[in-house]
Amino acid sequence: MNVVEGTKPPEGSTVETVVVRFAGDSGDGIQVIGSQLGLASAMAENDLGTFPEYPSEVRAPVGTTYGVSAYQVHFGGRPIKTIGDEADMLVALNPAALKTNLDILKKGGTILVDSGTFTQRNFEKAGYSASPLEDGTLDGYRILAPDISKLTLESVADIGLNRKASLRCKNFWALGLVYWMYGRDRQPTIAWLEHKFAGNKDVATANIAALNAGHAYGETVEATALEVARITPEPGTYNFVTGYEALAWGLAAAAELSGRRLVFSSYPITPASPLLHTLARLSDIGVTTFQAEDEIAAICAAIGVSFAGGLGVTSSSGPGIALKQEAMSLAVSAELPLIIVNTQRAGPSTGMPTKTEQSDLNQALYGRHGESPLAVLAAGSPAECFEMAIEAARIALTYMTPVILLSDGFVANSSSPWILPDIDQLPRIDVANHAEPESFNPYDRDPETLARTWAVPGTPGCEHRIGGIEKDFATGHISYEPDNHQKMTDVRADKIAGIAKSIPRLEPDQGPAEGDLAVVGWGSTYGPISRAVTNLRARNYSVSHIHLHHLRPFAANQGNLLAAFRRILVPEMNTGQLAALLRAEGCTNVEALNKMTGRPFQVAEIEEAILSRLEPGDE
Amino acid sequence: MNEQLTSTKLTAADFATDQEVRWCPGCGDYAILKAVRTVLAEVGARRENTVFVSGIGCSSRFPYYIDTYGFHTIHGRAPAVATGMLLANPDLDVWIVTGDGDGLSIGGNHLLHILRRNLNCQILLFNNETYGLTKGQYSPTSHLATRSPSSPGGSIDNPVDPSSFALGCGARFVARGVDTQVKQLTEVLKAAYHHKGAAFVEIFQNCIVFNEDVFDGFTAKANLAEHQLQVEPGKPLVYGTDGSRGLVFDPAALGLRAAELSEDSANDVLVHDPGNYNLATALARMTNPEFPMATGVLYDDPGPVYTVQGAQSDAAARTDRTLKDAMRSGFSWKVDRKS
Ligand SMILES: Cc1ncc(C[n+]2csc(CCOP(=O)(O)OP(=O)(O)O)c2C)c(N)n1
Ligand code: SF4
Ligand SMILES: [Mg+2]
Repeated sequence: MNVVEGTKPPEGSTVETVVVRFAGDSGDGIQVIGSQLGLASAMAENDLGTFPEYPSEVRAPVGTTYGVSAYQVHFGGRPIKTIGDEADMLVALNPAALKTNLDILKKGGTILVDSGTFTQRNFEKAGYSASPLEDGTLDGYRILAPDISKLTLESVADIGLNRKASLRCKNFWALGLVYWMYGRDRQPTIAWLEHKFAGNKDVATANIAALNAGHAYGETVEATALEVARITPEPGTYNFVTGYEALAWGLAAAAELSGRRLVFSSYPITPASPLLHTLARLSDIGVTTFQAEDEIAAICAAIGVSFAGGLGVTSSSGPGIALKQEAMSLAVSAELPLIIVNTQRAGPSTGMPTKTEQSDLNQALYGRHGESPLAVLAAGSPAECFEMAIEAARIALTYMTPVILLSDGFVANSSSPWILPDIDQLPRIDVANHAEPESFNPYDRDPETLARTWAVPGTPGCEHRIGGIEKDFATGHISYEPDNHQKMTDVRADKIAGIAKSIPRLEPDQGPAEGDLAVVGWGSTYGPISRAVTNLRARNYSVSHIHLHHLRPFAANQGNLLAAFRRILVPEMNTGQLAALLRAEGCTNVEALNKMTGRPFQVAEIEEAILSRLEPGDE
Repeated sequence: MNEQLTSTKLTAADFATDQEVRWCPGCGDYAILKAVRTVLAEVGARRENTVFVSGIGCSSRFPYYIDTYGFHTIHGRAPAVATGMLLANPDLDVWIVTGDGDGLSIGGNHLLHILRRNLNCQILLFNNETYGLTKGQYSPTSHLATRSPSSPGGSIDNPVDPSSFALGCGARFVARGVDTQVKQLTEVLKAAYHHKGAAFVEIFQNCIVFNEDVFDGFTAKANLAEHQLQVEPGKPLVYGTDGSRGLVFDPAALGLRAAELSEDSANDVLVHDPGNYNLATALARMTNPEFPMATGVLYDDPGPVYTVQGAQSDAAARTDRTLKDAMRSGFSWKVDRKS
């Protein structure tokens, strides 16, 4: 079977961006070829964004729809801010992968399937009654249906691997064909394979042979090679990073910048665990990780770390963050530095662990008990994950306060090329520990920041006792005095509010600082909002994009900036949590755009929401 | 100046703070406080290097009364907070103070894990068989049929024995003391201090307000000899007035038997060996009045202390790789400035 149908783009034409989605069984090596296409595209002077989707079952039976793993790559010759609303090409290595991913392919898009897997048994597993290649299901698409399994076996025949190991190379055969179609250089992938399988040369050779065979196949059929536009990349050293890697590195950098030991204490949970895994591999550079017995122990250990003078960080996702709430209040009361990372997922309860959501903003802002103010930050891209990790440490150490840093399943797992910052050029976080026994009092405050004095065990003469009981404002001793509690409540609130003085002025990410409409977002809606606003501004619509990193306190000028717009649109992957907060802060012209599907916003959805709010004259 | 502060020999009084002690008059906690201060002085503890960490409860007020570093945390979580302190600074001398409710109810999980990890610290569990601070509800150690505000008809939950729990968790040092038996208590605390790894000490503490004399069965003067066995390493496990009773091995039960000693059976009496886990377990599980209550160091068999990459084994774990190198790992590439 070798079907080529549909309309093909004219030979030699140039496209600005391309979205390729790979899908297959979880054992098919989809994630590997997806990230290789990412690397090859970065080498081809493309900007790009990628996103993996894993099946929620650990080892689902082969060929089932719930065992499908996918990886989407969006690359091209302009700044890439999203993973792409729709795919131009779908590579589906079995019928179940086709079935579960077809809705993401654009009409008229290209489908590459392995017809060798298109058997009656697999149709049944995927829920097809007949071959979708023949029953009209795929009308209107361009279909490439070589028997990849067979062609792969042929291409690696002389290497001498057994049949099973040989078949495992078929992902690279498919990748070879994709490389041919989009003019990608095979060399970086060949080098990667040689390095990866240095200890198993036959496997490297076989995968390279399959890659080359797939590439050669492109020339023999009428598959068209497309020219993809290029960008002029900024000079610098790049790495291809995920949000959790950048966050891990940001925390490690913050430890270096502050001269403190980073102790990261966490309990496994999807999608937060990769942060623990990444940091665990940094023990040789002085990072300590601790896998606690539960989330409560994890935050309590991090608090103990800070009490002892280290940089205590804990991390989880929604359900685990809920368990940490009581201890957060201890850190508020004891006024100890602490970073709590929440990689949000779809809730409530177990919800959809592998799907993304921004629904824990309220938990961050209003969790805990009593009046327990703390700082809240959010990161919306790998680069922001790095920066906000350092910012969280700066605030925590400078103001002696817990800080919640919000990430989510989408930011954490998506990746893009990133120019590595020079850590030596970043401002240091110099917060000294008190070591002067004369008239030492742990609740003396810095008049500027209102941070309390921090003396750590090991310091002679500064021995002191603190805890969660209310402290006397002047002496730090236990106090149940009514007026004192008022005063301490006020000072804790003032301290957090005062952080605003140290936050950079908020400027629009795009567009003018006043006008008819501003789209205000936080966290991982950054990409789709930014692309939508760029697209509409290119069409001469007057719309601005304002992106918030600081959610408590807000930048000092935020109120004034938002007041300069007639309408404010707030897209969020929740039911309107930031929107409600902005309204509570006196911003009456806020309109919420909400999505709770476990999937990020599409650019088109945001564009449409913007357009419906602009008068014809706004163009 | 710092030199002087650390090298002067301190007395028990030097470990007192300026805070007024707020326990009820007659509470067993006072005697424990005194014993701990004495031990700190005797072992030459350095104030600046010592941290007392507690949860919530009457017992957990303890840190306010010891002039070292102290952290009165939240209910049940002191072992977790202490773990973090030791991760950040393994050289600290950390004492955890907890209660039967704090350590075995809300915080049972953390107690289990600090013991099996074997972090280097002392854990003092004040067992008064009640929730003192919240006004006398029955606790996880309350014996069956304890009448309390929350169990007016008598408690129906089986109690847990703290020392057996600790041994089951893999603790390498388990001891029992009694608030009123100062001499033994100080010896036990000193042994705990010198043990490398987590040292668990259960202290029978009289709550005179909500559970007065609940331990009288083996602590009252009249009952001491017949109902308490103060174990000592290398000494025969005998008790009773004139040492007339002793523990012998009962092969049928694979356990201990309390025997009336005669000329012949005296040779069969077991000798206390704190390195013997099975013996320690059997001693801990003895219940009064069928058996005497065993007190003293039941088990002391040091094992590997928890070390963590990047923390205690710093030197070993460190390579000359830097964060910059780590950030360049994997898919790193360079784009040169175009001329
Ligand atoms: C999260 C939480 N739950 C409940 C309490 C109330 N509480 C305080 S102390 C305590 C029991 C203490 O019992 P125990 O540990 O035996 O200490 P004791 O007072 O007997 O020394 C309880 C239930 C609390 N402070 N925090
Ligand atoms: S209530 Fe009981 S345990 Fe608490 S201080 Fe009073 S006597 Fe001691
Ligand atoms: Mg108690």
